[in-house]
Amino acid sequence: MNLETFAIIMGGLTIGSALMVIISKNPVKSVLFLVLTFFFISGNYILMNAQFIAAVNIIVYAGAIMVLFLFVLMLLNLSKENEPKNSVFVKFAALVAGGILFTVLVAALKDGVVIAAATEDQSDSIGLVENLGQILFTKYVLPFEVSSVLFIASMVGAVLLGKREKQLID
Amino acid sequence: MVLATIFQNGVSIDFYIVLSTILFVIGVVGVMIRRNAIILLMCIELMLNAVNLLMVAFSTYFGKSDGQIFVFFIMVVAAAEATVGLSILVMAYRNIRTTDVGIFNNLKG
Repeated sequence: MNLETFAIIMGGLTIGSALMVIISKNPVKSVLFLVLTFFFISGNYILMNAQFIAAVNIIVYAGAIMVLFLFVLMLLNLSKENEPKNSVFVKFAALVAGGILFTVLVAALKDGVVIAAATEDQSDSIGLVENLGQILFTKYVLPFEVSSVLFIASMVGAVLLGKREKQLID
Repeated sequence: MVLATIFQNGVSIDFYIVLSTILFVIGVVGVMIRRNAIILLMCIELMLNAVNLLMVAFSTYFGKSDGQIFVFFIMVVAAAEATVGLSILVMAYRNIRTTDVGIFNNLKG
């Protein structure tokens, strides 16, 4: 089995599980299919020699963010019966709009790629943590520090929003 | 060379362009056809991941690591966004007892 068929199979699995996210009626099933989608996307990263990003994708997305979604879902007590539904007309219009968007994006991007082969000496080590850490702490150290401010802001915001407000109507 | 790049083995960059465009469009369609606010947030995560996939593909294709650093920052922003979005959602659910985005327009004014 060569690498090309493997990439095609991995891409097909990714698309299939991503479709199941928006098709399945039960929100818990949607979350679980999204976790599966993230695992397949990590498989794609490994195929492209981005090992560090693949590991971080599994840890941060599948491990942290989706568990957060799952907890909130359990908190909200949703079920298949009270799942809000759109009309058939809206769904049809959404599918047509999505198809048009896909056509336009592919047509615009397909022929716009600059042909430049990867430089031979560093192409198999750019995804490793040593190289990425070197760049992150030299060239991109300012965005790295600013992102910590963003995290503190979002943490304070989440605590503030999650606090039970005083009941005004009694 | 132990780790051969995938783009030197027959897979063209167009494959990943089409794949991530399909993932992005699935996210957009999901935002339009579903009304549950949690599913909407999940579709936004799906769109962000489509962009990440294309970033990594181009990063490998050109042999530069800057794209993967950007993926790292997109993950940071996505985590912050999911935290704040979900806490807003929980607060809105406490007041109106639903996550239907069609009813959220009662919040205006």
